[in-house]
Amino acid sequence: MRAEVQEFYRGTYLENTGRYRGIWAWLTSTDHKRIGLMYLYAIAAFFIVGVIIGLLMRIELISPGKTIVEPQTYNGFFTVHGIIMIFMVVIPGLSATFGNFCLPIMIGARDVAFPRLNLFSFYLFLFGSFLAILSQFLRHGPPDTGWSFYAPYSTTTGTNVIMATTAAFILGFSSILTGLNFIVTVHRMRAPGMTFFRMPLFPWALYATAWIQLLATPVVGITLLMIIAERLFNIGFFNPELGGDPVLYQHLFWIYSHPAVYIMILPAMGVITEIIPTFCQRKVYGYKAIALSSVAIAAVGYLVWGHHMYTSGMSGKSLWLFSFLTFVVAVPSAIKVFNWLATMYKGSIDMKPPFLFALFFIFLFTIGGLTGLVLGALATNIQVHDTSFVVAHFHYIIFGGMGFAAFAAVHYWFPKMYGRMYNIKQATIASIIMFIGFNLLYFPQFIIGIEGMPRRYYDYFPEFQPAQIISTIGGFVLTAGLILMFYNLIRSARKGEKAPANPWNGTTLEWQIPSPPPLENFEEIPHIEEKPYSFK
Amino acid sequence: MEHQAKAHLLEHRDDEASKLGMWLFIFTEILLFGGLFLVYAVYRAMYHTQFHEASLELNVIFGAVNTIVLLVSSMAVAMALTALQENKVKLSRQLIWLTILCAFIFLVNKYFEWGGKFEHDIYPGSELLKKLEHGHILYFGLYFAMTGLHALHVTVGMIILIVVERRIKAGKVHAGKFVFLENAALYWHLVDLIWIFLFPLLYLIT
Repeated sequence: MRAEVQEFYRGTYLENTGRYRGIWAWLTSTDHKRIGLMYLYAIAAFFIVGVIIGLLMRIELISPGKTIVEPQTYNGFFTVHGIIMIFMVVIPGLSATFGNFCLPIMIGARDVAFPRLNLFSFYLFLFGSFLAILSQFLRHGPPDTGWSFYAPYSTTTGTNVIMATTAAFILGFSSILTGLNFIVTVHRMRAPGMTFFRMPLFPWALYATAWIQLLATPVVGITLLMIIAERLFNIGFFNPELGGDPVLYQHLFWIYSHPAVYIMILPAMGVITEIIPTFCQRKVYGYKAIALSSVAIAAVGYLVWGHHMYTSGMSGKSLWLFSFLTFVVAVPSAIKVFNWLATMYKGSIDMKPPFLFALFFIFLFTIGGLTGLVLGALATNIQVHDTSFVVAHFHYIIFGGMGFAAFAAVHYWFPKMYGRMYNIKQATIASIIMFIGFNLLYFPQFIIGIEGMPRRYYDYFPEFQPAQIISTIGGFVLTAGLILMFYNLIRSARKGEKAPANPWNGTTLEWQIPSPPPLENFEEIPHIEEKPYSFK
Repeated sequence: MEHQAKAHLLEHRDDEASKLGMWLFIFTEILLFGGLFLVYAVYRAMYHTQFHEASLELNVIFGAVNTIVLLVSSMAVAMALTALQENKVKLSRQLIWLTILCAFIFLVNKYFEWGGKFEHDIYPGSELLKKLEHGHILYFGLYFAMTGLHALHVTVGMIILIVVERRIKAGKVHAGKFVFLENAALYWHLVDLIWIFLFPLLYLIT
């Protein structure tokens, strides 16, 4: 299939070997590992911006009425926080960073199928992010629609909605191209002998994710284009005054944006599935069930969007069906959780930071998943719809799930990426601080949500204040943990002890090559003889 | 990087992968238009009489000519690929130019068709349209949105075909390495295919 490379460059991918020096050697590189790291840095920067805005919201909510900002600014805050965190951090957060870095190595390839397209989608990502941030500072003020751009408000508000939706469109296009690249990579670049069922489970998760990216993102693309056309030309797609139907917008939006939740969480589950066998030194329990449940989540997740719209007006039959499918999609997620627990059973557990993060993930994800069923059931939904219960549920899944999985992934692959080890003790302390802060921040929101605290509200009744204060304190604790984690990682990337090639005794291919990996990953493409996760 | 460039040159020649990538991209394009088709279907069901009345405004002759033009262009690009595979470079380039010419004729036709509508004060936000009923407004909104997005794809297709033609001329795309032309032709067929659906939906069904 491929011509043998004549000479093997023995330097690592971190050393500059090109025509260009310094930063240009990175910005023009088509190497999947460098692109993965560039995504990581960009996303970490956006994440910090999102966290700061989140903290500002928490400070605002510490007392009823005005604390630090005006209501309109607050509307801008939650919209900008949403756009940055969803489109620029969480959606590309694992597949574009660790997917890029690990996928080719884990399937025994030297790069992705289309390296130049990969770099192109990185620049699309940067360009889209640039527009999104620009939309906050231009004349008409930041968009105030919430990240979901619900019509008809989004087609009538005077704020910079066009630029924000254009940004989301471009970010979506970047996501599509990454997904396309990964699908082709998995189909065409696997090492000889690596059948689909000999692939490690992180690539499986990425593969399922890539299909959702490919099949769902265009729908939101056209929907956002329609919003833009509506604003520019007053067409009337979603404007009742001209005959349009705003609920149709909600359908089109959630046809993408619900599967998008699985774009966020599936790679996270993949990461956890890599970490647990390694730190239990035990073959993963139910390999096929985990692999196929990723595909099942991708497939069924496509059909549950209606559960965001129980109160928007739908026929009784649709309500029933969407609720049923929502419960069905919980099954493959639960299968994964049980398989992870079964893998730990009788394993020799090593409580290193990545494993600790993975445990926190399971805890938080389970709370998020079960409260998801409260929202998915028709009767209870009416009570908690559009309350801070939704906010808490969502953050348990996305931050507690995807976010903690991303931290787990950083701590797991860090020695491979930089060839250096971070301070284990500091990482452990940081993870525990974050876990405590996280629960302080979001758990009270469940309670006041059930009691009727609406989401996205600037003001509230005084009886909610104790919970809001606990939340705000939790926000600061969480941020303290984040600062410690970032400090530890940034310092260790330069000054940490040298890490061996396989510090965790992992079995997948990335641990069989030096740390940091050579430019071309493998001197000789390996021949795969057996299933992954065979610990000797 | 020189070494890297060489390695990549040797490695990244996988025509099957390129074609698979193109097919996946075509899926995304179909889903992109799928959103518009869905909106069309919903509003057609909601306002079927008004859609019927509004569609009578369109000129079937214009639409039919454009359909034929696009079908000819698709045939031409398919023949260009076969010609290149048989190493008839000159013929292949001529057929690509024929395809581009057809695309151009399509756009000119479209220009006059849209121009006619504008002259009759039929465009989104126009004074006349505001006085019409909801179904009429949405029909013409969809007409401009769908044919407009399609025309954009025609333009992109033309640019891609011009690039392919330049590359064939430069000898970079040839009988031994024609996947770029094949992918361009696939994309062109997609553009054609979408029109094949737009034509009956907008012009023929009444």
